[in-house]
Amino acid sequence: MSTRKVVVAGVAAFAFGAGVALAETPHLGKPVSPSDLTAWDINVLPDGSNLPPGSGKPAEGQKIYAEKCAACHGDSGQGGLAARVIGGPPKATLDGGKGIANYYPYATTVFDFIRRSMPWTAPRTLSDQEVYALTAYLLAANKLIGENDEMNATTLPKVKMPNRDNFVVWFPDRI
Amino acid sequence: MSSSQPSKSRQIPIQQVAGNGLLDRRALLSRGVLLAGATAAGSAGALTSAAAEPLAEAPWSLHPGNPVPPYQRASHFEDNVVRTVDNQNNAPGGQRARTPHQLLKGIITPNGLHFTIMHAGIPDIDPAQHKLVIHGMVRQPLVFTLESLSRYSMVSRIGFTECGGNSAPLFSNEPIQANLQALHGLSSCAEWTGVPLATLLDEAGVDPKAKWIIAEGADSAHLTRSVPLKKIMDDAMVAMYQNGERIQPGQGYPMRLWLPGYEGNMNIKFLRRVQVTDRPGMTYYESKIYTDPLPDGKDTQFYFVNEVKSFITSPSPGLDLKEPGVYEISGIAYSGSGRIAKVMVSADGGKSWAEAALQEPRLPKAFTRFSMPWRWDGGPAILQSRAWDEGGAVQPTREQFVAARGQTTKPPPVGGFPGHHFNAITSWGVDAKGVLKHVYA
Repeated sequence: MSTRKVVVAGVAAFAFGAGVALAETPHLGKPVSPSDLTAWDINVLPDGSNLPPGSGKPAEGQKIYAEKCAACHGDSGQGGLAARVIGGPPKATLDGGKGIANYYPYATTVFDFIRRSMPWTAPRTLSDQEVYALTAYLLAANKLIGENDEMNATTLPKVKMPNRDNFVVWFPDRI
Repeated sequence: MSSSQPSKSRQIPIQQVAGNGLLDRRALLSRGVLLAGATAAGSAGALTSAAAEPLAEAPWSLHPGNPVPPYQRASHFEDNVVRTVDNQNNAPGGQRARTPHQLLKGIITPNGLHFTIMHAGIPDIDPAQHKLVIHGMVRQPLVFTLESLSRYSMVSRIGFTECGGNSAPLFSNEPIQANLQALHGLSSCAEWTGVPLATLLDEAGVDPKAKWIIAEGADSAHLTRSVPLKKIMDDAMVAMYQNGERIQPGQGYPMRLWLPGYEGNMNIKFLRRVQVTDRPGMTYYESKIYTDPLPDGKDTQFYFVNEVKSFITSPSPGLDLKEPGVYEISGIAYSGSGRIAKVMVSADGGKSWAEAALQEPRLPKAFTRFSMPWRWDGGPAILQSRAWDEGGAVQPTREQFVAARGQTTKPPPVGGFPGHHFNAITSWGVDAKGVLKHVYA
């Protein structure tokens, strides 16, 4: 394709590491400290890294669910305007049925998605404590943890998800 | 040569090259088609129309027209050339706008007709306040603005973007009756211009142990996807222009991640954050949505690539044939792995095939327009196209695809997404009245 043009920047390149040769690019990114990134730094990895402090239990989550989630996901999580979040068939097929219990490989995904995207009308308004509680409620209602199990940064990544080892990477050479 | 037949000097005899009326693609290069052999004698072979009406001045030729507008839009006579938009009240569940391929030609999708899927509406982002942060496994986390990125050397590339769920209705065990837009409308092609993400990552200094990035959007979905660093360093772009103008709000204004050939959902719109990691995030969309149950009970993961594919855009359902005669079969082929090498077309449901003409340019990971002259004799026909890419990958038959990937046991809703990455052959059935239907053949 086209030749990548080298921009001759009028400013000297910032040297971030001693002895590292830097390409002639403008270097206009402003350095930012980890503490200034906190509000956006919300990715939770499957091993639980970057989970925030806090904890929650299913009973607390059930109350929040009724108030903030049931309108779209159904009173008993059966789905409605939005996806089913509790129960479902034992096995997902092309006819449907992908659920938390039978499909998701990692429980951390439930926490991460609720925290970044839910409730749909007002995402990022739930406290981390509330997200832990909602996650605990959904995992308990899907019989993946006990009714009194607390979810926190240590317990959540340890939840065993039945379908975890059932996935096939279609193009392993692309990773 | 008799002077009474001057047009014959420009015509070359065209042989039928495959069953049911497919003609040699060289016919497209000549200025006329002279059917060889017995077919020329039949009425179906007649290429001349009834005599035209006497000509007269039309009303618009008799007075000055409208003033020139600052931003020209299509003629109002083209008001039907629009995307179909579902969930028009923007209720939870997202919205999908599909490209009307059956009404377009060439390889570039006009900006207003480029498909989009929004999971939580289109945010109204002030470009002066938008920020892009690169952090994680880098020497120095950096924040970029649109203004600072405008100082970087930009690259332009024409390429397709396709939703992993495009063509999902063809997972149905029975052919769903819908037009091309409904079946294959979640795929479009544009020229994207922006800064290679590799340039910005180089400036931040990527840790040699890093293997992935997790990209995030600034819309209220805060949508995230994990992308192998390998792909990012190869050809990923922070795109800011679409066909020469700023990218559309529904495409991620003011900037999006663009990953040539990879499923649309990974091309994070409203790109605001790139975290460099040593593992994927297992986000909602890569854990649940863009994964599929397989016939053997396993499930796909990290499918990423939109594999070699083609479909006939004209004729297609809704564009019925009015009379027997010569038509151009026209369509689109593309592969997320490279250039299109060859497209074959059949008019008899795959019994015989002939090679279609490929229109230039043929760019890697971009739409390639193909065409094939066809003489419809007024009888039943089944039109199909099949593409090969430069890496030798071939578009599967539906039978081959279903054997590997499965199908539903009952028809899903027309707009449903039973599976992803369907790339098998599409078949249009033509009946004796010239009506086209979606069929399996």
